[in-house]
Amino acid sequence: MFVTAAYAQQSTTTEGNEAHDAATAGEVHTETGVAHEGEHGSGVFPPFDSSHFASQVLWLAITFGLFYVLMSKVIIPRIGGILETRHDRIAQDLDEASRLKGEADAAIASYEQELANARAKGHSIADTAREAAKTKASADRAGVEAELAKKITAAEARIAEIKSKALADVGAIAEETATAVVQQLIGGNVTKAEIAAAVKASADN
Amino acid sequence: MSNDPTHQFLVNKIVPIEIGGIDFSFTNASLFMVATVGAAAGFLYLTTSQRGLIPTRMQSVSEMSYEFIASMLREGAGNHGMKFFPMVFSLFMFVLTANLLGMFPYFFTVTAQIIVTFALAVFVVGTVVLYGFYKHGLGFLKLFVPHGVPGALLPLVVTIEIISFLSRPISLSVRLFANMLAGHITLKVFAGFVASLSAFGALGIGGAVLPLLMTVALTGLEFLVAFLQAYVFAVLTCMYLNDAVHPGSH
Repeated sequence: MFVTAAYAQQSTTTEGNEAHDAATAGEVHTETGVAHEGEHGSGVFPPFDSSHFASQVLWLAITFGLFYVLMSKVIIPRIGGILETRHDRIAQDLDEASRLKGEADAAIASYEQELANARAKGHSIADTAREAAKTKASADRAGVEAELAKKITAAEARIAEIKSKALADVGAIAEETATAVVQQLIGGNVTKAEIAAAVKASADN
Repeated sequence: MSNDPTHQFLVNKIVPIEIGGIDFSFTNASLFMVATVGAAAGFLYLTTSQRGLIPTRMQSVSEMSYEFIASMLREGAGNHGMKFFPMVFSLFMFVLTANLLGMFPYFFTVTAQIIVTFALAVFVVGTVVLYGFYKHGLGFLKLFVPHGVPGALLPLVVTIEIISFLSRPISLSVRLFANMLAGHITLKVFAGFVASLSAFGALGIGGAVLPLLMTVALTGLEFLVAFLQAYVFAVLTCMYLNDAVHPGSH
């Protein structure tokens, strides 16, 4: 029982003339202390010393009452206000953020729309151009072909004309050649009529 | 310095005042009540004076204590109980600050006085009773009659409920008082061992290491107890207030 011993020792040294009180004080720790209510202080376990109860309650009422008023009139409205303001601000910022997000989404959607339109338009332009080019190419080809056919026809006619003319000349050339050949070979007098008949006969053969 | 572990609980008069034969002296206890109020209110006032949208560290401490008590009360007594918020918040801050101030060496611990904790407990239970009868009239007495109890058992249950209700101010006050008192005495005793062992030369100083370590550990524990007891006091206050707000619901 270190506590009791120390307490008793302390009491005897400081309050030597009250040795009797100190001795009883040692036991008070385990007892109620109520028995000493009448005596003022010294022997009673301090928290159970009723002589200062009235003063404690009065000052507690004053200080706690003041504290309560300070809390309810100043501190709590103030902290509540701070939290409220922050809460409002956060809600407002969230609204703003969702509004901006909506705008951004709309912008993206319209951009996508425009892009799709442009792509479709591009396709149609390309198709039209391709069709026109194809039409023009086939028309050109038809024109060229017709002209070529005409030229071929003309050339063939000319070739035929030249050919018939050449063929007509062949007899005369052959008669001349044959006359010259005969005169060189036999030096005879072969008439033109005989030679022509001979050429005609070989040509017919 | 006195080696007596109960010396720290002695109440000394600073300004003797006597009204009508009753001693209302301003004592060291009164001084520390004033200090408690000054420290708690000063801290809350100064840290929130910026009203910052983005709180500083100290401002968020104040905001956290506010939200801590607000959520505790809302869970304990529902939204109707929120009208008691200033009361619970004041009680919590007062008890917490008094407990923490008591941790300073040579400081007086207001909450280690049974009369102080008893007065606070009577304030709580008195509020419960007065508000209960004011709001519900005699319906407040349904508090003592739980639902679904067979008729034969009812007298017994009601007796138990009444005794349990009447013991509330005692249990509420003794819990806080005894925790603070016992903690401070234990701390003082172990610290006293360090001093008395050191007087026995080199071996004693070596031996004094153990109680010194114990003292350090107990100091940490006492800080935990200081917070925990303030919390428990506030939680029980919320539960009791719930009875006043919703008497028939438990």
